Amino acid sequence: MITDDDVRYVARLARLRLEPDEAERMTGELAKILGHIDKMSELDIGDVPPTAHVLDVVNVLRRDAPRPSLDRADALRNAPSVADDSFRVPRMG
Amino acid sequence: MSGVLDPLRLKAREAKRLLVDGEVSAAELTKVYLDQIAAVEDRVHAYVLVTSDNAAKYSTKIDREMQAMRGPLAGLPVAVKDNMVTEGVTTTCASRILHNYAPVYTATAVRRLWDAHVVMLGKTNLDEFAMGSSTENSGVQVTANPWDLATVPGGSSGGSAAAVAAGEALWALGSDTGGSIRQPAALCGVVGMKPTYGAVSRYGLIAFASSLDQIGPLTRSVYDCALLLRHIVGKDPHDATSVELPFEVELPEGDRLDGLTVGIPGEYLALGIEPGVRARFDETVALVEELGGRCVEISLPHTEYALPAYYIIAPAEASANLARFDGVRYGHRAEGAADLREMYERTRGEGFGAEVKRRIMIGTYALSAGYYDAYYGRAQRVRTMVRRDFARAFEGVDLIVSPTSPTVAFRAGSRTDDPLAMYMSDICTIPANLAGLPALSIPCGLSDGLPVGFQLIGPAFSENRLLGAAHALEGALGFETAPSFRDSSASAVAGEARS
Repeated sequence: MITDDDVRYVARLARLRLEPDEAERMTGELAKILGHIDKMSELDIGDVPPTAHVLDVVNVLRRDAPRPSLDRADALRNAPSVADDSFRVPRMG
Repeated sequence: MSGVLDPLRLKAREAKRLLVDGEVSAAELTKVYLDQIAAVEDRVHAYVLVTSDNAAKYSTKIDREMQAMRGPLAGLPVAVKDNMVTEGVTTTCASRILHNYAPVYTATAVRRLWDAHVVMLGKTNLDEFAMGSSTENSGVQVTANPWDLATVPGGSSGGSAAAVAAGEALWALGSDTGGSIRQPAALCGVVGMKPTYGAVSRYGLIAFASSLDQIGPLTRSVYDCALLLRHIVGKDPHDATSVELPFEVELPEGDRLDGLTVGIPGEYLALGIEPGVRARFDETVALVEELGGRCVEISLPHTEYALPAYYIIAPAEASANLARFDGVRYGHRAEGAADLREMYERTRGEGFGAEVKRRIMIGTYALSAGYYDAYYGRAQRVRTMVRRDFARAFEGVDLIVSPTSPTVAFRAGSRTDDPLAMYMSDICTIPANLAGLPALSIPCGLSDGLPVGFQLIGPAFSENRLLGAAHALEGALGFETAPSFRDSSASAVAGEARS
């Protein structure tokens, strides 16, 4: 059963700030959703292999040829903060 | 000429003929839709952004440069779900976190339409990041169903479905991860198709669950669906999971189902299908036989496990895909954070809505140490079992049919407090995504005045068979009704006031 501590821990893993009321609601909602998901445990999965992908394609490669990349100004155009032709972020904690 | 064009009934096939015959100009045709948007959009709220000036200018250019700008789709106006990036046109994914995002490139599916001189009318509303089944999770606005404005259009491509139903677009593009094209198409009384996984490039489709997402058409007829599909399919060097179809998408013409064996999975009919939906479904199955098809009962034994598996796989992929929204390169950034980690956490806390947060939490939890095998590992194995069910069934049948949605359009607000009840809306559509199969929904009648969808699922790359069968059925069904734009909540209030 998922607990308030689990929710706080997972939110931290996901880099997601939850307000106290949000976190509390989340615990109840996730418990209910995961309760439904636990239905999967009824199944005997034996040696059934996992499906990550439905297509029969493996290692799709392209020619390793140089070509123009995104223009620097375009790449920076949507950034909230820019300095010295780079993305600017707050200092590391 | 444009005075007699009814945007609630006009199909792309006719519009194309009128353009080719010179009976209507591209500018006149575009104006029909811009006028309809002006007339009903304040009630429907299908669009996040209407690009009316660009549409008017571009359609005029098509008329002026008719020789250079020819092609089978030239001048036909389209609406695009706002999770496909469009260069120079704001793309929000209906999220606060992308409210100001101006893409510097264009999604391949949209690019192919632009290259064919299709006129883009605007970007349509969706559940934030395509996570939802009612479009109520939009961070921008709530879209209404044109059949009853008090009900939802379905989701997550609810804006595209409502726009087509309301005559605010000739046709539209949507995306389908667990039913997000087919379920809103069903609830809005239009045609919606999810192609085989890989048939349409996902480049520029803002990723939700990459192993499930597919772009596809929402249209007013099966013919139009095929016409739009044939111009967006094909391998794209920018998407390594895209494939070249081993055939041309054919424009369907037939009206019989002779020789076709259709499977009816008993498990789907046990999924809480409401009586009105079941009645229309049974009538449509009877029509299949009248048209020469043979219906047989089949079993897809792991159907009830598809939804639980989906609600691990899709959130797990989403939690990884949405890690990129961190306030560094684009979109919203929280103000005044003391350090980088606080900036990430507050940016995402402020920028994402409740449903997106839930999915990120479920996905992160399912992938975290100690839970991976029990949840993600198990879900991937259940996915294999669902695929095997279909493979076994298709040894004996050509197509599988079911209701698209267990209910007709439900009232706005009726499921927003119960995420699990909302998830159940996609119970009939999710298995095709897990198996990567093509599936489409056609309107098959009304229940309580609201449209009912009939779903057809085929083996991988059976698009032509699916479209052909759907076309024959559509002809026999004769569903041509236009929505009423009634508002049952307003009449209920008025009724109460009278009594």
